[in-house]
Amino acid sequence: MALIRLISLTVLICLALPAWSAGIELREFDDPVTEQRYRDLTASMRCPLCENQAIDDSDAPISADMRDRVYQLLNAGQSDTEIIHHMVQRFGDYVLYNPRLERRTYLLWGLPVGLLMVTGLVVALIVRARRHASTKALTSDEQARLKALIERKEAP
Amino acid sequence: MTRRLLLLLLPVMFLGLALFFYVRLSEDPTGRDSALMARDFPAFEATTLKDDQRRVDQSLLTGEVTLVNVWGEWCPACRQEMPQLLSLADRGIRLVGINYRDTREKGQAFLDEFGDPFAINIFDPEGELGFELGVIGAPETFLVDAEGVIRYHHKGYVSPEDVQGRLLPEVAKWR
Repeated sequence: MALIRLISLTVLICLALPAWSAGIELREFDDPVTEQRYRDLTASMRCPLCENQAIDDSDAPISADMRDRVYQLLNAGQSDTEIIHHMVQRFGDYVLYNPRLERRTYLLWGLPVGLLMVTGLVVALIVRARRHASTKALTSDEQARLKALIERKEAP
Repeated sequence: MTRRLLLLLLPVMFLGLALFFYVRLSEDPTGRDSALMARDFPAFEATTLKDDQRRVDQSLLTGEVTLVNVWGEWCPACRQEMPQLLSLADRGIRLVGINYRDTREKGQAFLDEFGDPFAINIFDPEGELGFELGVIGAPETFLVDAEGVIRYHHKGYVSPEDVQGRLLPEVAKWR
């Protein structure tokens, strides 16, 4: 019994460890809006060291530095766009999960929309061609035969 | 005829995208260029590792082609690349160190033990200059040209092959 208790306690402590290490930063915000902006900004930036982890979720020293900087800049009254620009200037577009819409990324953002439109166009053309084919593609001989067949069925 | 061409268009587009993603997704995600490429070395003001009274700034990096190496006593790869940096200094290339997230005592002990290829070391205990440079961990090496513009960036350990194959050609190119 004591052994089971010991094992389950150990397991629970191990499970709780990540929460410990992730939750040590306590920050004070002037208002809930700024706090929400801080959360959104740190969740939208990718840690430049670790692969595919947001800086709010990463234990890397550089992520801690970046969170500090976001906090400082927020308190200095900078806008979200300014803060994002500040980070991109230093760490490159890589830090953004969502690339900004600019000339370089028109293709990236536009491609899904473009592909959808092309697909729609292709489907529409195929449907139109089919409809066309079913009524007009018969030669006069075939039309005569079709007419004869229909009349033969209707006759009795 | 046009219908057949249109039907052909879809698999061609699919194959094109598949190929694009295959190539780009198998690339090394850490092999991206520094955001500071072709930009001025960031303005800074700091003391030096040897002298806490001496103030230095970005003018330190103009006048001749300089390799700026970000290092710290705590960084094992920095130790391993010291022989390569010493050989670069022996060839008459100017090296400036950034002692990154370190203490003066440990930094100085490191240089005493592994040799000092640096003309001068900028002391950056809080990693502030490192942040301006987009440094994500030591070691990193930047090539700054005579006008103080960043021209090349090497992330991580500098191997003897990197010296021959990358750093020396880049130095020759910007001199």
